[in-house]
Amino acid sequence: MLEREDSPTASPPREGPAAVSAGAAASGDTSRSGFNRRDFLRGSGAAIAATAAATAAEDAVAEDKPATVVPAKAVEIKLNINGADHALKVEPRVTLLDALRNDLSLTGAKHVCDTTNCGACTVIVDGKPVFACARLAVECQGKKVTTVEGLTAGQNVDQVVAAFVKHDASQCGFCTPGFVVAVKAFLEANPKANLEQILKGLGGNLCRCGTYVGVQAAALECAGHGKEG
Amino acid sequence: MNHFEYARPSTEGEAATLLAEHDGNTAVLAGGTDLFNLLNRDLVAPARLVDLKSIPSLGEVTETLDGVRIGAAVTLDTLARHPLLAGRFAALHAVIDGIHSIQVQSMGTLAGDLCLAPNCWYYRSGYGLLAMRDGESLVETGRNEHHAILGNRGPAKFVSASRFAPALIALGARLRIVGPSADEVTLLPVEAFFVSPKTDRQGTTVLRPGQFISHVEIPADGETRSATYEVLQTEGLDWPMATASVSAVVSSGVVRSARIVMGHVAPTPWIAHSAAQALVGQRLTEESAASVADLAVAPATPLSENEYKVQIARTAVKRALLRLAEQTSTEGGVA
Repeated sequence: MLEREDSPTASPPREGPAAVSAGAAASGDTSRSGFNRRDFLRGSGAAIAATAAATAAEDAVAEDKPATVVPAKAVEIKLNINGADHALKVEPRVTLLDALRNDLSLTGAKHVCDTTNCGACTVIVDGKPVFACARLAVECQGKKVTTVEGLTAGQNVDQVVAAFVKHDASQCGFCTPGFVVAVKAFLEANPKANLEQILKGLGGNLCRCGTYVGVQAAALECAGHGKEG
Repeated sequence: MNHFEYARPSTEGEAATLLAEHDGNTAVLAGGTDLFNLLNRDLVAPARLVDLKSIPSLGEVTETLDGVRIGAAVTLDTLARHPLLAGRFAALHAVIDGIHSIQVQSMGTLAGDLCLAPNCWYYRSGYGLLAMRDGESLVETGRNEHHAILGNRGPAKFVSASRFAPALIALGARLRIVGPSADEVTLLPVEAFFVSPKTDRQGTTVLRPGQFISHVEIPADGETRSATYEVLQTEGLDWPMATASVSAVVSSGVVRSARIVMGHVAPTPWIAHSAAQALVGQRLTEESAASVADLAVAPATPLSENEYKVQIARTAVKRALLRLAEQTSTEGGVA
């Protein structure tokens, strides 16, 4: 969709685990495996990675004085995703969803309808569930973003994820990350929700396979209602 | 999506200045629930987005001398739980409750809703607000099942997309509009905000380049009761097929004054003046609600595929009035 200055095709990946880890250090990414495409592309040599680290550090300092107008070209920004800071270079028009998927290789949030109808891109920003396709990456600086990846980090599988597994709440699975994040955010706000409230709250998430019964069962269980509830 | 600048002003005046630059080819960003749909389809191509969310005064709900003032960046989930709105403005709460999506509730704003572009599929597909080709309306000869049944004799056939306008008009709300110059402020009743455009470039509101809604002010007199009924087709997130908001002062069981406003039936919110007038002096009963609802849709001129909407709108008015009757009857022998 977009012509990026740091387009992946511009610098084909060449080599090396060492370079990758240097790149990961540069972006402060300690989550998941410490590996993502941006770092991989950036880290084609330790020297280059070191330069990148220095550049990222300078830009981070410059950001502390927020300019009122961000120009219509790629700018360095910093996003806090799942507790880790990431430096990236994006145009103002890049959505949070595209930044997550294309720049940070966090592909849990899905790009489906692009019309704020389906909920597959749902992420949590400062505690609130939002469509990541309708937020700009530059808007999210200084905020805490949680994606579905943040609910499954390491051994700490969130109870919502566990309930989805238990109740077989996915079929093709494409809508599932959005549902999981939406249920998580919904239950934070409505910890004792009943079925009617769950149906109303989660109407912004669509499943083409129609696995709503499983999702409802998972949500009900997390809300403290057993099978009988 | 075109290239654009992103601006994050911290004062209302700064926002007006930033919006007026680039010859006014700018867009307000608040919740963004619809703006990105328009950007993705190149229906708008602003040179700059001005994000209102960092302006402190726009993020507040405050008590005024005669009611409440709601900032343009306050989201719907905040309104739903706000103590200053608790126990009053039932018509408004019902609309929030009808938006079946926590995402839209946590992103969307009242001011953004009032500025929504039509959901008309011709408009969304790039045929323009009026969907005219060679002097003929594509809507009139084409698919018009969701289009206007009232106020549709002019070039505009779409329905106003605002869900909150009927409730806000019924409640007598005003808009505080800032711009185009940094210190210019206008107060406007919500019903005066909407325009049924005669040309594609006219837009659906009176907002001029450089202007934006800063606050919505809702008066509260303590005796007006209100209600909304939206006819929804699905359990999920969807736009109403028709909606009605009503407000009234009822004493000793008799309606002293009333407002009836329908939504999603005309290119602007539709105020049913004569129906409301007919309610004055009556008791709120099943019969009076039905006859007033008949009056409200009497001027309807449905298009080729949407005659069914007349009954939907009639039902919305009737049920909104009955909801109002429930409220007044639970207040101890007044109905």
